[in-house]
Order: sequence, then C-alpha cells, then structure tokens
Amino acid sequence: MEENNEDYKNIPGWGMDADAENEPTYPMKNYTGDDHNRINYERSVQQPEDVEILMSIERPAITRVFGTSVPPSGLSGMIRRYAFQHSEDRYRHWIPLILADRINVFEGLVEDIKAGEFPDMIKERGLAMEWKHNKIGILKKAATIAVVGTVIFTLTRKKK
Amino acid sequence: MLAMNYRGPYRVRTVEKPMPEILHPEDAIIRVTRTCICGSDLHLYHGMVPDTRVGSTFGHEFTGVVEEVGPLVQKLKVGDQVLVPFNIACGKCNFCKQGLFGNCHESNSMATAVGGIFGYSHTAGGFDGGQAEYVRVPYADVGPTVIPAEMDPDDAVLLTDVVPTGYQAAEMGGIKQGDTVVIFGAGPIGIMAARCAWFFGPSRVIIIDHIDYRLEFAKNYAKCEAYNFKDMADPVVFLKKTTDSYGADVCIDCVGCEAEGNTLQTFSGRVALMQAGAATALQWAVNSVKKGGIVSVVGVYGPPFNLVPFGNIVNKGLTIRANQASVKRLLPKLIDHVMSGRLNPKGLITHRIPLEEVSDAYRLFSSKLDNCIKTVLIPSAKH
Repeated sequence: MEENNEDYKNIPGWGMDADAENEPTYPMKNYTGDDHNRINYERSVQQPEDVEILMSIERPAITRVFGTSVPPSGLSGMIRRYAFQHSEDRYRHWIPLILADRINVFEGLVEDIKAGEFPDMIKERGLAMEWKHNKIGILKKAATIAVVGTVIFTLTRKKK
Repeated sequence: MLAMNYRGPYRVRTVEKPMPEILHPEDAIIRVTRTCICGSDLHLYHGMVPDTRVGSTFGHEFTGVVEEVGPLVQKLKVGDQVLVPFNIACGKCNFCKQGLFGNCHESNSMATAVGGIFGYSHTAGGFDGGQAEYVRVPYADVGPTVIPAEMDPDDAVLLTDVVPTGYQAAEMGGIKQGDTVVIFGAGPIGIMAARCAWFFGPSRVIIIDHIDYRLEFAKNYAKCEAYNFKDMADPVVFLKKTTDSYGADVCIDCVGCEAEGNTLQTFSGRVALMQAGAATALQWAVNSVKKGGIVSVVGVYGPPFNLVPFGNIVNKGLTIRANQASVKRLLPKLIDHVMSGRLNPKGLITHRIPLEEVSDAYRLFSSKLDNCIKTVLIPSAKH
C-alpha cells in the first residue's frame, strides 16, 4: 500500500510553501505584543443600537458593528433573553437557545398562516430533488415510517 | 430583493426581503453575483447550531459588485467587483492585528469564542448572509478584496472560504517534507485540504470518507489516496497498518459535528444533541496520528462540550491546532497560486443553480445527490 515512487513531486506547487518555522505552537500568530493592550485599541465608531441585541455576558460592551437580521420575539425571544443571562460556558445558555430554536419553528408557521400563506413543505424541503435523484431512498424512508407507525399504532391499541 | 430564508430544520425557501441598508459608516452594500452553499451551512440547515432564528438568510461565501459605500469607506468604490471573506473583521482589534481575522473582537456581540460570520446564526453575530441579491458588508475596507481582472469569477467565489479553509487546515498541520497526512472528510474543504497539503511537501496524502463518488473525485482532483471507512473494520487500525503501525504525522479533521461512523457519537451528538455534535472524526484523528503528532481541526463543532479522547491527547503528547480560516491573511498567497495555475478552485464546482431554487439546492447538497460536490447559487438581480 505504501507508495514508493516520488511522482508526487511533480504535482504543481509541491513543497513550495514548506515552512520550517511553522512549528505547532499557535496558528501562524503574527506576534505584535498587542495582546497586552487588551481592549485598549483604536475602535471604530459605534453602530446605532436600534433593535434589541442580546449580548454575551462575557463581553465588556457591545461590538462596534452587529447583525440586526432577526431580533428576538415571542416565546422564543423570552427564552433567548433568559439564555443570555448566562455565560457561554454553561448548558443553561445553550440548551435554552436550542429549545428556543425549536419553538421558533412553530412561531414561523403561525406567522405564515397569519399572513395567509400555508408553507409548501414539499417544496421547502426540496423533496422534488430527492425524488428525482433518490427514489429508492425516499421509498425506503416512507416504508420505514409506515412500519414503525403501524407497530406503534398496534401496540397502543392493544394496551387499551 | 430576493433572499434565502430559513424556516426550520430542513426547510428553506426564497422570499422577498427589504433591501439591506448602510447601518454603520464603514458598511458597504454588495450586489451578489455568485454565492455558494458551504458544508458548514448544512449544520445550520440541520438545526445543529444554537440560536439559528427562523427568518435568517444564510450564506458566507459570495462575490459581488459594490453598489453603495458608507461615508468612512476609503478603499472600495461603487462598481468594484469583490470577493468577500466569510469572516467579518474590524482590522483594528488586537486579534485582527495579529492576522487572526477569524477571531475579531469587534464583530460578534452574541458570543466570544467566534468572530462574526455572514449568515451563520446569531451565535456568529446575527448578520444576514450572501444567499440573496444584496447583502450588507460591515468593515468594508477590511474584508472585501477586489477580484483581479484576469481571475475567473468561479475561482474568486471559492477564495472566500473553501480554498483558505482547506489551505489553513494543511498549514496548521505544520506538514514537513516527507510527512504522511491523513484527512478525514471528502467534502469540498477536505478535498481542498488534500490538494493544498501538497504545497507543504508531504510524501503521502490520504483522504477518508464514506461516500464513493466523493472519494473518486478527491482522488482525481487532489491526487491523493482515497479510502472508504465503511470498507474497513476499523479506520484507526487501517491507518496504523498503512503507516507501519506508527500513525500519520498529521491528521486533519474536515468533518466536524455531523460525522458518521460511531453509533454512540451519532446518538449523543447528532440525535440527542447532548454534546456539540458527533466528534467521530476528531476521535479518529487523535487516535490515528503518531505520538507527538499534530491534529489540525477546521471541522465545525457547536458549543459547548464534546466527548473527545483527551487522555489520548495527553498520553500521546499531541498538538491540536484549530481555527476558523483567517481568509484575509491567506488571500495574497492563494490568489498567486490560482493566478499561476497551480490551484484550480472552480474544479470543485459541480452544480450551478438559480437562487430561486434554493430549497432544491440545499437538498441536493445535503443528501449528496447527483454526485454533488459544490453548489453555486446565482442570483438574478441585474445580470
């Protein structure tokens, strides 16, 4: 299995970036000594904070720029606000965020329906593409769901 | 404008969204000409990354034309054709000054471990991404880079993430001439890492994956050895045997949190989300590298904890190097590799799909259909 020939040396660019100084100490840090200036560096001007931004409690202040794409709202927003009361080191930060994401999916559905649009699940999930290229896979999944569903239904009925 | 819109795990669509605006004097508005779906977008698409809010627009790999600039932007002008690195970096903080553009301290208020990234959840700053007709680009004098006139636009868009991340994966391996390098994952990043590894002079580059068409592609594109771990009883034993029981000099994890191959990791990391994704590739990397070897990690893991064999890391005296790529730092070298013909990024592209068909594009890439390696989305605004 070992390749003994040296054909690889003909690969364009072979060995040209080899760097004997690249010792595994730090990912190519350009050491400037600036670390010790901590947060005392020249900062850009501040972006106006005109939407609600949830900020990590590990930070001294909000960053000079930030995204404003989807401010927290509804029940998921309340959970996110709770999560951001805790450090990134804690499960109580991350698990509520995952929970909020799941609740947010239902909020999105309600939002769509309120706007008079029922989501096209088949299109949004790209299932036409899956059907085009992976018919057997889809049929297998459907069969598995049908079998599992039938078993659960049967067991549930027997218990009654 | 038209933009991709996340509706929940495995559900995306295109919608009309308001045009982005200049919100900070160092912003620019870019009309997107090309944008990719990255393997790490799939972690969002699958609901693996916390604080991915419904209504978000993904996309951190894009090129475009400058439409508008804020009053403090000096280096860009309207009409410039630019490629935009996925990291949002201020260029002024202590990390940026050290070349760690992926670790900027002034672009992500929501977390401290990662800098701001376009379209990558609120954990990465809550910025809208480039899978849209237009996008707001903060710190426009730092990230966006004017595309050389002679450069193929398809090469340019891959320089925003895939090429630098693959290159940095190899670079962080500290590869020396004659080394054996093993790469886990034959997605676009793994394939590019395998190709770029040769720039550092190894004698063997081995790539491991579980999908045959990707392995075949990797073998041809990156001139490496390619093996399917499903054909092996144990990939770690296989790799030890093929390296004289010694282990590889360098192992590179290009998979991250959605790895396959270990039932416990899959259940606890991908199904139950009790750890920050399945750490199977990282586990194999740690256990397949030689004592005193180097493990380089560019695979994306969510926060906060993973089942990683740390005892083996200590006992083997390993060095772990990991980071998001600092795209801006690497661009001059990589542009030179591309322009001189030593590297052919566009060779990775297998599919070009209109932005309007974004849900099909995600499904195609996510389910690895039609021999898909890399998908480029083409927005239709004014071109």
